[in-house]
Formats: sequence, structure tokens, C-alpha cells
Amino acid sequence: MAITREKVEELTAIARRVRRHIIDMTSEAGSGHPGGSLSCGDILVALYFHVMKVDPQNPDWPERDRLVLSKGHAAPALYAVLAEKGYFPVEELLTLRKINSRLQGHPDMKKTPGVDMTTGSLGQGLSAANGMAIAAKLDGKDYRVYAVLGDGELQEGQVWEAAMAASHYKLDNLTAFVDHNGLQIDGPIAEVMSPEIIQDKFRAFGWNVVDVDGHDFEDIIRGIEEAVNTKGRPTVIVAKTVKGKGVPFMENQVDWHGKAPSRQQAEEALKALEQ
Amino acid sequence: MPKIATREAYGEALAELGEEIKDIVVLDADLSKSTKTSVFAKKFPERFFNMGIAEQNLMGTAAGLATCGKIPFASTFAVFATGRAFEQIRNSICYPNLNVKIAASHAGITVGEDGATHQSVEDIAIMRSLPNMTIIAPADAVETKQAVRAAAMLKGPVYLRLGRHPVEPIFDENYKFEPGKGVILKNGKDVALIATGTMVAEALKAAEMLAKDGIDAMVINIHTIKPIDKEVIMQAAECGAIVTAEEHSIVGGLGSAVAEVLAEEKPTPMKRIGLRDVFGQSGRPEELMKVYGLTAEDIAKAARSLRR
Repeated sequence: MAITREKVEELTAIARRVRRHIIDMTSEAGSGHPGGSLSCGDILVALYFHVMKVDPQNPDWPERDRLVLSKGHAAPALYAVLAEKGYFPVEELLTLRKINSRLQGHPDMKKTPGVDMTTGSLGQGLSAANGMAIAAKLDGKDYRVYAVLGDGELQEGQVWEAAMAASHYKLDNLTAFVDHNGLQIDGPIAEVMSPEIIQDKFRAFGWNVVDVDGHDFEDIIRGIEEAVNTKGRPTVIVAKTVKGKGVPFMENQVDWHGKAPSRQQAEEALKALEQ
Repeated sequence: MPKIATREAYGEALAELGEEIKDIVVLDADLSKSTKTSVFAKKFPERFFNMGIAEQNLMGTAAGLATCGKIPFASTFAVFATGRAFEQIRNSICYPNLNVKIAASHAGITVGEDGATHQSVEDIAIMRSLPNMTIIAPADAVETKQAVRAAAMLKGPVYLRLGRHPVEPIFDENYKFEPGKGVILKNGKDVALIATGTMVAEALKAAEMLAKDGIDAMVINIHTIKPIDKEVIMQAAECGAIVTAEEHSIVGGLGSAVAEVLAEEKPTPMKRIGLRDVFGQSGRPEELMKVYGLTAEDIAKAARSLRR
């Protein structure tokens, strides 16, 4: 899985396009969640363009690796990555959140090709990922399951029910990411309801824990390699990220959690995202 | 024939079906001895998953398994299944229309001594509000066995409502369960008694009581509460008076479902037998049935009052 310099450059270019899509989509929709989409974009690009075994021509391929975007409000990031990967036309991204669109405000597995699980209500994704990982073991299949959670989402009790079960059933084919950007709707997670120390909590639940820089492809891949090589228990990759990453006026700003940029703001953002 | 609890029949049916349908997996929340999934667990330990006392994760895991082609039966008490994990059932199971079977035991007031916290008298109402959900409440052990098989064969979410308390046998082995089809157990022309689950036996007894008064009652078993059999309800309406009976609140359950059909199609005088918007209390099942007006005598009384 080791990553070359050229591959990093390729992923960086894709990630920049993904960020531009996120801005365009949310601006066109007039609503949505740009902040947390921008923070987890690099993780999704690394997974879909370097790690996961998937076939965009055959989205329901039974042998594919699965991804559960538990922080479903980051749907724009997932849709942008899926479109870039070829699951559906890039132009379709601009239908986000519009009537009769395949791109719902939160991921809908029955509507969007490539979406493996319907999510959006926080705290539910890791349980579904567990179910997929258990199914793989039952069927003796080698596909892997990835889940992406928000750090604020860790406040939901169900996450810890799922964490306990993943460890109990030794789901080493499951890897969870925590998109650790430190902010939630009402403010810094540390002020609203601290889930810290995230690493210690997962460790106490029996998980292997890796820390990475969520905007450094080499580091993300290093984390996934460690997860793949860890047997007998699940791995959580705590990815330090920046909410609104790549758009200077959005970075680390709580306000951009669930607000769309105006067309003018979008132009400014797109300029910042040019090479 | 001995009385058998529907949960007992559920456990046996699961274990039999597990042999036949290899995709069936069973999950429980530390209640396998009570829900009787322990029978399946013993036979197929590799396909049984105890999720511990964690109902939300129970439902979410079942959803994930279903996306990979498994047919999960997620079992726990009705109160916890529909109450504690409602939103997981809504968002992770019903909205994506996943093939998860929720087998909820200990439904109704006949749970008895544990009291109001464990008596699920609103689960039908809660599940009925969810698109894509099929709701089945079998009346006896024979019907339960067939309902479990039917649930496994149906595509999409199914809620199976089961009881703890042994119930009288109603059907013999020749019975053919058809999902969504009400069963006319006795024809009649003066009043129709429409019952579900444990109350079917009471409705049959009520019809006997009414016969002694010269009232010819029709008795219908509605095992599938959603989608409800409109046709059989319209047949019942021909009697000109309807009594519904359920071991559940009169708010949102069978009585409401029947009333909704009648209000739109053929308004008909009716009475609903069920808990009248109250919580239960501890006591022996038979005592509770009397206190909350859920006996054959209560059904007969309601039918007589409609006739006057």
C-alpha cells in the first residue's frame, strides 16, 4: 500500500477538485455542511483513490470494501469523491439537496450509486459497519470495512456500544476514522461536551489506536497500513484535521459547520483552492 | 392441546428455519433465554450474536448485516426494541428498507408482574408510523411458526410481536398463514369482532357468549396489522357494528388502524377494546386482563352495547 511521491501529488490534485466541488455544491444548494466536509475530504480521497477495493462500474460488487460515512452531514465530500471516482457524472453534484435528486442532504444508499449505508443521524454508522464486518467474517470474505466518524459524534452513547462490540467480536477487518477537527455546531467539542481523551477511550474499549495528520496522505496511509496489519482487534485512526480545510475564511470557524457560502463567498473560496 | 407462548414457538421456528435458510443470523440483547433465541444459539452458535444490553447497537448491527445479504432476526423485549431503539429502526432499517426482522417478545400487559416499565402497550403504534415496516402479531404457536417463516421470506423490515404468557391454541397444522390477509374464524351477521395476537382467543370466547344471547358475531384475526387487510374490514363492516380487541393501547394500534379504514371507506359504529390510554401495573396476567378490560366478557359487553 506504500505511497509514492507521484501518488501523493495525484491525490492532492483530486482532493483539491473535491474541495472545489464541496464549495460549488453547497453554494448551489444554498445549504449543507461545508466545514466538516472539507475536514474529512482527504481521508475519503485516500480511501477511494489509494486503499479501497471498489468498482465504480459495479457499485454493488459483493467483494468490494465498504465505507460508512457515519458523520453523514459530510455527504458533499462523499458525493464529490464518488463522482470523481466515476460512480456518476460530476455535473450531477450540482443537484445536491434539490427535489428528485439522487444526492440527498445526507447519504441514502438506495438513491446514490456507491453509497454503502444510509447515514445522517449521528452515532449509528459504526454499528452498521460492525454488521458488515461480521458478515465478511461469516462468509470468509476478505473485504474490509471503513467508518468515518466525527469527534462530536462520539458524544452519542451508541458509538460506545458499537466500540465495545467491535472489540468483543475481534473485528480486525474494521477500521474507524475519527475526523478530529475539534468543532461541533454549538462550539468547540471541548466546551460543549468533551469526548477527550479520544485515544484513551478507544484503547480502554480494546481498540488499536493510531494518530495521524488527517491532511497528510503519507500519514493517513501509514495509519491504514497499521490497521490492516493489526490482527485480533479493530483499529481507530484518530485524524487531526482542520474544519473548513483549504478555505482560509472557513478554517477553524464554527459558523461554517452548517452554512452554505454565498456565490460571492464561493468565488473567494474557489480562488483560494486554485493551485 | 397445551397452552404455548408465542415466544416459545418463535425460538423453535428460528432453529428450524436456520437449517433451511443459511443467511439467517440471530442477534439478541442479553435476553436470549427469555426471547428463546437461545434455541437457535445452541444449534448455530456461529450465526448467533449476543450484543449485550445495547439495543441501539443491536439494531444498527442488524442493518449492517442486512446490507451484506444476511437475514438478521434482532430480538429483545418489545419495550426496548421499539422504544429504546426507535430511531435506529427508523433511520438505519426502515428508511433504507433493509431486510431486518425485529422479533419483539414480552409484548403487551400479560408480561405481568414486572409492571408498567416492561409492559409494551404502544409498540404497534410506534412501528405502524414507519414506512416500509410490516407488522405481524400472531395469535398462537402454530401461527407464530408460520409467521416467522413468512417474515424470513418477505423482503424488507418486519416487526414480529410476541408474548411471554402461554396462549390457547387456535389453529391446527393445516392452517395456511398469508401475510397481509385477515382470517375469518367465524362468519356472522350481527357484529364483527376484529382481534389480534392474544386477544383472538378472547374474541372467539366472546362470540360464544354472544351466541347465547342470540347475537351472531363474526370473528376476524388480523395477524398482519400493517399493511392492514382493507378487504376483510369492509366485509366486517357489513355487520354494521365492529369491536376491535388488542393487548395494546387503543391509541394507534389495531383499533386505530381499523377505524382509519372505516372512516375513509365506510363509517361504521365501533368500540375499541384495549388499554384506555393508561400504563399498566404489576400483577398476574389474568388479573391484569380483568382490571384493564381485556377479557372475553369485556368484548361481549362492548358488542352488546353497539347492538342497542
